[in-house]
Amino acid sequence: MAKLSFLWRRAVQTARLMVGIPDYDTYVAHRSAHHPGEPVMSYGEFFRERQKARYAIEEGRFKGCC
Amino acid sequence: MSIRSKLLWAAVIGLGAVSFGIVALKRGESVNAMWLLIAALCIYFIAYRFYALWIANRVLGVNAARQTPAYRRNDGLDYVPTNRYVLYGHHFAAIAGAGPLVGPVLAAQMGYLPGTLWILAGVVFAGAVQDMIALFLSTRRDGRSLGDMIRSEMGPVAGTIAGIGVLLICVIILAVLALVVVNALKASPWGTFTVFCTAPIALLMGIYGRFVRPGRIAEMSILGAVLLFAALYYGRTVADTPALAHYLTLSGPQLALIIIGYGFVASVLPVWLLLAPRDYLSTFLKVGTVALLAVGVLIARPELQMAAITKFVDGTGPVWSGSLFPFLFITVACGAVSGWHSLISSGTTPKMIESETQIAFIGYGGMLMESFVAIMAMIAASVIHPGVYFAMNTGAGLIGTTAAHAADVVSSWGFTVTPDMLNQVAHDVGELSVLSRTGGAPTLAVGMATIFSSFLGGRTLMAFWYHFVILFEALFILTTVDAGTRVCRFMIQDLVGHAIPAFKETRAWGNNLIGSAVSCVLWGYLLYAGVIDPYGGIWTMWPLFGATNQMLAAIALSLCTVVLFKMKRERYAWVTIVPTAWLVVCTVTAGLEKVLSPDPKVGFLSHAAKFSHALAENQVLAPAKSLTEMGRVIFNDYVDATLAGLAVSIVVIVVAYAFVSIRRARATPQSTAIEIGGPAGAAVGHG
Repeated sequence: MAKLSFLWRRAVQTARLMVGIPDYDTYVAHRSAHHPGEPVMSYGEFFRERQKARYAIEEGRFKGCC
Repeated sequence: MSIRSKLLWAAVIGLGAVSFGIVALKRGESVNAMWLLIAALCIYFIAYRFYALWIANRVLGVNAARQTPAYRRNDGLDYVPTNRYVLYGHHFAAIAGAGPLVGPVLAAQMGYLPGTLWILAGVVFAGAVQDMIALFLSTRRDGRSLGDMIRSEMGPVAGTIAGIGVLLICVIILAVLALVVVNALKASPWGTFTVFCTAPIALLMGIYGRFVRPGRIAEMSILGAVLLFAALYYGRTVADTPALAHYLTLSGPQLALIIIGYGFVASVLPVWLLLAPRDYLSTFLKVGTVALLAVGVLIARPELQMAAITKFVDGTGPVWSGSLFPFLFITVACGAVSGWHSLISSGTTPKMIESETQIAFIGYGGMLMESFVAIMAMIAASVIHPGVYFAMNTGAGLIGTTAAHAADVVSSWGFTVTPDMLNQVAHDVGELSVLSRTGGAPTLAVGMATIFSSFLGGRTLMAFWYHFVILFEALFILTTVDAGTRVCRFMIQDLVGHAIPAFKETRAWGNNLIGSAVSCVLWGYLLYAGVIDPYGGIWTMWPLFGATNQMLAAIALSLCTVVLFKMKRERYAWVTIVPTAWLVVCTVTAGLEKVLSPDPKVGFLSHAAKFSHALAENQVLAPAKSLTEMGRVIFNDYVDATLAGLAVSIVVIVVAYAFVSIRRARATPQSTAIEIGGPAGAAVGHG
């Protein structure tokens, strides 16, 4: 069971990263470990920020492909 | 290596050799697609184990102890250490597009064997090597882009020229891919309805994911998928209702103008409204369909109907112009080697990789998967009857517009086909006609529908599967049209901004409108010229696309070679020199032939000369119908010749710069590569 839920979590992470949204829990863990006491974005804010960053073509981000 | 793994690898090599022998040598009777698949898989495993890992360890000297940017600059957002399987999925989704699906279908005009050989040899020695080394270079440079790396390692001039190359390829890609969609949708109310529906569906998803349930990707994607399948299902009803079908039965030029307009509007809307949700749908549909195709080939195990080698290896083929060398090598495009991947490999992936030891798996392995998709596309194109294949992929200028005439012409080439067979295929897939549906997508759709319907739904679902594949291709091509128009706009703003600084401000609405309009005019012009081309457009445009894409690969591999010399690893530099040399020879030969060949079927200038000559005598040559059209044909020839000539000069200049950089590197006794971060993880650049 534990293995199944682990695989499921990996699958969800893969699907999300495919469309440019990295893992939110990893982000939260990073903030609390390295920037304790500083503000942490909510999932909604995190999503918007990442979505905007993925298509920030003026920074050479999104390339699409043939 | 233990005795057990030695035996295992010996078995893989044996199986690969036997399957490959069957594919390559069996003549006169049809070959099962499984042999092709097994041969390809064995070659991929062998190449990964014995070539990719060797390059990573020996040539590049990947270092497990060296910190990657993901750790050094970890911010939980852009730079995040990510599990390698998760990152592999991301990388594959980013590099996979329409190229590996369409290229092999077009290459099948010479039979399945020449294309397959190049897909396999190309990926092992050129494509995957380029992707992996570009990923390696960028990982050692904090995830910097290809353009940045060319500027810093080879100088600003080489960087700017490579940038112009990227703009060129971008414009041509957009035109060619949009042409693929136009050819798939013309006079097809079912397909047109379904593809048009994707725009409102994406808008709805965008609003849902922004305001109703912010950031719920799964929910919005499921909502989108359900609506998409509803549109696919009701598309048939629309096509069967004359009053509705009338409005959705569009000609090529009408569709071209609609897509150009769409590209303009979509590229000025906020990304969350249309581009992002569309991208979600197309990414998931793309990965899902590719997986379904793999399963389908395994279950259906179809026989290949196409001959291993057709008589068109001599260059007289009707699908695209030119002889086997160099044109086959640029037609296959992305499934063997794609310059565009070097841009992706120097994008997000290097910022997330956990360890340098994973570079081979993600860079080389990701490209192997792309090549596998190309092999499956080749199988899908080869399972349909060769007569049907040529009737679908030849322009109306050669085979006319009736099934009877088309069957006569195609049969006269030695691919016996009856008008009934052509009508039957059209009927099965729910279209009025399948003639001259050039561009590869419809052929792929017939092939995939044949494979899917053989185990899911039979003939009754064939039409559904056909339109599903058309939808799937159109969906992600239109995402590319949107994103690509933005990329072009940005590059134009950047170039023009040198002269008029105010134009560089990308947040200004006016600038965006002008930039988008200019970029749509650039690719839209080429698209329109392709649509009205009686040879089907693909005939001249695909080789141009292939050549520019390989041109970019040659540039990326030149950079890789330069850096190997700078790292003092010149002993192994043949790993990139060999594919660079081959690509330069292919692109330059193809480019020069496209410009200068005395055969008007191949050379743009001789074609223009032929038409100018006729025009001077007031003659009208087919395809033109009037003297004004004659003038336009001549003008387009000059445009195409300029593009091809530009591609050749860009390659030659960048290679010249590479030589200069290599000489300089050889004159210096120590490493001059500008890397960031040493084994201890100290974030210092030395250079």
